[in-house]
Amino acid sequence: MKSEAASTPEQELRIVGFLCNWCSYGGADTAGICRFKQPTDLRIIRIPCTGRMDPLFAVKALIYGADGVLVSGCHPKDCHYAVGNYYARRRMEVLKRFLPFIGIDTGRFRYSWVSASEGQLWQQVVKEFSEQIHRLGANPGLHEKIDVEASLFLF
Amino acid sequence: MAKRIAYYPGCSCSGMAIEYDQSTRVLCDALGIELVEISDWNCCGSTPAHSYDPLLGAALAGRNLAIAEAQGFDVVMTPCPSCLRGLKNAVKVYEERKQDFLDLLQMPFSGRIRIISVLQLLYEDVGPETIKNRVQYPFTGKAIVPYYGCLLTRPPEFAQFDDPENPVSLDELLRAVGATVPDFAYKTECCGAAYGVTENDIVGKLTGRLLDMARRVGADAVGVACPLCQQNLDLRQSQVNRYWRTKFRMPILYITQVIGYALGIDSERLGTKKLFISPDALLRDICKHFEKVDESHLG
Amino acid sequence: MRIGVFVCRCGTNIANTVDTEAVANKALEYPDVTHATDYMYTCSEPGQQEIQQAIKEHALQGIVVAACSPRMHEATFRRAVEKAGLNRYMFEQANIREHCSWISSDIEANTRKAMDLVRMSVEKLRFNQPLFSSYVPINKRVLVIGGGVAGIQAALDCAEGGLDVVMVERESTIGGKMAKLDKTFPTIDCSSCILGPKMVDVAQNDNIHLYAYSEIDSVSGYIGNFKVGIRKKATYVDWDACTGCGLCTEKCPAKKCYDRFNEGLGTTTAINIPFPQAIPKKACIDADYCRYFTKGKCKVCQKLCPTSAIRFEMEDEIVTEEVGAIVVATGYDLFDDSVYGEYGGGHYPDVISAMQYERLLSAAGPTGGHIRRPSDGKAPKDIVWLSCIGSRDASVGRPYCSGICCMYIAKQATMTRDHLPDCNCYVSYMDIRAPGKNYDEFVRRAQEEYGVQYFRGRVGKIYPKGDRLIVQGADTLLGIQIEIEADLVVLATGIEPSDGARGLAEKLRISYDDYGFYMESHPKLRPVETNTAGVYLSGVCQGPKDIPASVGQGSAAAAKVQALFSRDTIETDPQVANVKEIACIGCGKCIDVCPFGAIQWKTLRDGSQKAQVLETVCQGCGLCNATCPPKAIQLQHCTDDQILAEVNALCG
Repeated sequence: MKSEAASTPEQELRIVGFLCNWCSYGGADTAGICRFKQPTDLRIIRIPCTGRMDPLFAVKALIYGADGVLVSGCHPKDCHYAVGNYYARRRMEVLKRFLPFIGIDTGRFRYSWVSASEGQLWQQVVKEFSEQIHRLGANPGLHEKIDVEASLFLF
Repeated sequence: MAKRIAYYPGCSCSGMAIEYDQSTRVLCDALGIELVEISDWNCCGSTPAHSYDPLLGAALAGRNLAIAEAQGFDVVMTPCPSCLRGLKNAVKVYEERKQDFLDLLQMPFSGRIRIISVLQLLYEDVGPETIKNRVQYPFTGKAIVPYYGCLLTRPPEFAQFDDPENPVSLDELLRAVGATVPDFAYKTECCGAAYGVTENDIVGKLTGRLLDMARRVGADAVGVACPLCQQNLDLRQSQVNRYWRTKFRMPILYITQVIGYALGIDSERLGTKKLFISPDALLRDICKHFEKVDESHLG
Repeated sequence: MRIGVFVCRCGTNIANTVDTEAVANKALEYPDVTHATDYMYTCSEPGQQEIQQAIKEHALQGIVVAACSPRMHEATFRRAVEKAGLNRYMFEQANIREHCSWISSDIEANTRKAMDLVRMSVEKLRFNQPLFSSYVPINKRVLVIGGGVAGIQAALDCAEGGLDVVMVERESTIGGKMAKLDKTFPTIDCSSCILGPKMVDVAQNDNIHLYAYSEIDSVSGYIGNFKVGIRKKATYVDWDACTGCGLCTEKCPAKKCYDRFNEGLGTTTAINIPFPQAIPKKACIDADYCRYFTKGKCKVCQKLCPTSAIRFEMEDEIVTEEVGAIVVATGYDLFDDSVYGEYGGGHYPDVISAMQYERLLSAAGPTGGHIRRPSDGKAPKDIVWLSCIGSRDASVGRPYCSGICCMYIAKQATMTRDHLPDCNCYVSYMDIRAPGKNYDEFVRRAQEEYGVQYFRGRVGKIYPKGDRLIVQGADTLLGIQIEIEADLVVLATGIEPSDGARGLAEKLRISYDDYGFYMESHPKLRPVETNTAGVYLSGVCQGPKDIPASVGQGSAAAAKVQALFSRDTIETDPQVANVKEIACIGCGKCIDVCPFGAIQWKTLRDGSQKAQVLETVCQGCGLCNATCPPKAIQLQHCTDDQILAEVNALCG
């Protein structure tokens, strides 16, 4: 099952965003409402809280060929669920250290804190991250080197 | 307690305030702290250096720290609050502009060395309790007011020692040697030393106020821990007396001299002869008291 | 599953930069999609009808709308599909406006992106399940924690509406800080004259059950059904028998006890009634001072009590109350001014806090309302007020403005000039903050009509000179140093959260800020609610405020409770976590991480322990889902399968 990703022209890469419903998803909405122009590589998945973010989602996305993964939530202390983003922060930090072990450049992963009012900041985050991913180029992926499904059993 | 720490005397303590240097050395020796003078130390830069170039000024002070680090020390002590500020500033600037700092310094430097004043050493590392137990000539019945001056505890983020507005370390050390310590509201007021040359009137006024308050709270002497404060309060008393038409003759003693004397160190070695207002009468009193007690024991 | 896709053109908002027709056509290629079309305004009435019609015509089982942000119209479309007979959770919305058409003008790229976003929604929808709300009954009783003016107002408003109210107060009398005040700004109303009747109302209202000298021990349960353990502290007096005659307080030989009500300005007896208007007016023994408890014999009060109410053997007792909602009104404490060593608070007897000064002004206070210095009882000739003691000062960890001090300084100075017309009043201030109805006028009156001398600048130190005090500081407007000889210095201490506020917050599972003030749900739009459903805030426990604002918030909290209780049941959001018991290994990690205490242990018939979600408490954050090692606990409508389906749609 190959999606459009395969047929897209070279200049567009595939970035998956996991955004918490209360802050960053709202921040991305705000950026849209203000018409802040952004690169088109990002596709956003809405989750209730960054605390819902299982690091495996990011790992799966990167193994399956996403070129970058961006996780964004409420600023620390502002979590709608009080503490969700604290858990997220630790998990994301661990994930960052873990990625090189499976042959993925740490630069392909980023997490940020953007509130619902910070449209401009969101634009900046998307721009910076997209540029970074473009510098890294397309994800060579693991599918050719190892059996993806088998490797996932290891985790 | 064999403790070796690096010692940075600074310019005051090798000139004007040589008695502060002497008393610090003999007191530390008596307390079992080995002071090792930083070899080839240079000026901390004081005010002129950082007014000219903050980075260069910091590196200048930093050189002393780098040498101390190279000599294997993790603590450097200086009696002078101005040197203390200069040395601490070096570490602060180093943290902010590491590479620039190291380029100027051209020496390895980690910035981890602990910088303390002699007061902090006596208060935190030795402790009033230890001193109290070793007192031989207590200052019983003598009122000594603590005077910290402006720099010793301030700015608080630099000093990181005692309460910036209402410090108590000197109070407790004076109490430890048996002195009465009256409430001294001006303990951190400015003595005006920076204007010592240019604006004599201001200094006379400010210093006079300090001495007046000390007299009013019944002080027999003032205990200080800064060479400039000491010089200002001591040397200037005749000037103050002219200005205010007063007759102050208040001895201004370094805390190291007070403690040293209480511990039984000879006043000659503590350099009390160097003071302008002689503390001899005060010290004699203490001695007399002691001898009387001592004789009764012997008898 | 038969899925219908509706691509909205949103006038030109989307259609200008996204080829909506191409997106709809492409959608037909996706699995399970049997119907796809684009439409001008999908959210409009005819747009919604088109969806409803398509559901019927094509027997659709799930709907994807590609339009604006779901934060905008998800609720609208859910209602629309529900009207057509689908479960409202069989709907997904792809955001192709805010996240796509509005942020790039590249039509080709946008169209491609919109296709991906629709694809993701379709893939997610294929894993959607119909979800149903459950209904839980509400126990229509309310607990009010704190008997200050905010709590009293909330309790009276709830009782007025016919609700059963349980009020818990830590001290032996209600009234809080306001009961200690002499007058209130800006009207110079007598504080006890306006508060007193309300306190009596609380005592006389049959709907209010008051637990004075009691504290919250434990809280469990959830909105509509809380179970609260209340610790009734031992008073050593049987309050059913005590008539409040006060004979015991007259004869008690331990007369040198710290007088909490008078802020330590006077002394009181070990058995005492804090003040004459106390509610309940019952005696209480302070075991720290009582001769019987400290020395082992005395019992004078027991011998004298006409109703034999003294019980030296009394112990703390825990009672349980069941309530449906909780109003927290725990108020505040005052900053400890001895932190500022240079001012000598707690060191010099004539440097006092503003609350102590308030007690000096009060006719019921230790001096009978005459302003006298604590040191020698003389009437002061010069008084200096220092503002911002423990406010707006990051160096003592209190960077916020307490909001009331500028006003009470003006009040106290004004009243001082009334009491002692020859007394000079000086006020050192940083800024004067008087943003209330008639507030600034009041401060002006203090300055202009009453001749209170304000100078802007901080005071550096205070020291004694003879029997007077020298206040030394700076006037930053004139740029000069000033010294004032004063007889009395009043430190205008700021507000800090009540002692024990954090511990209570943890029991209630509500959050608090850096200082311990409770966090409201939304700083502007939900100032009374907390993030724990069914727990409301009232008064200073949420942040510094004055009496009118506290009373207003008390009424607001009562209104929220009444709104909640106007229904018999609560509908729960079904987007909550759910445990697949067969997969649960009983590790308890979900229980540890849940910020709401929504997960508890459940013992199966075979004795094994499994996690169980309390649907009404769960807020749907999904923290447990990410934590669960075997993924036995799944957040419904946002399961691992659903998120991975979206990931796969993109990267598969």
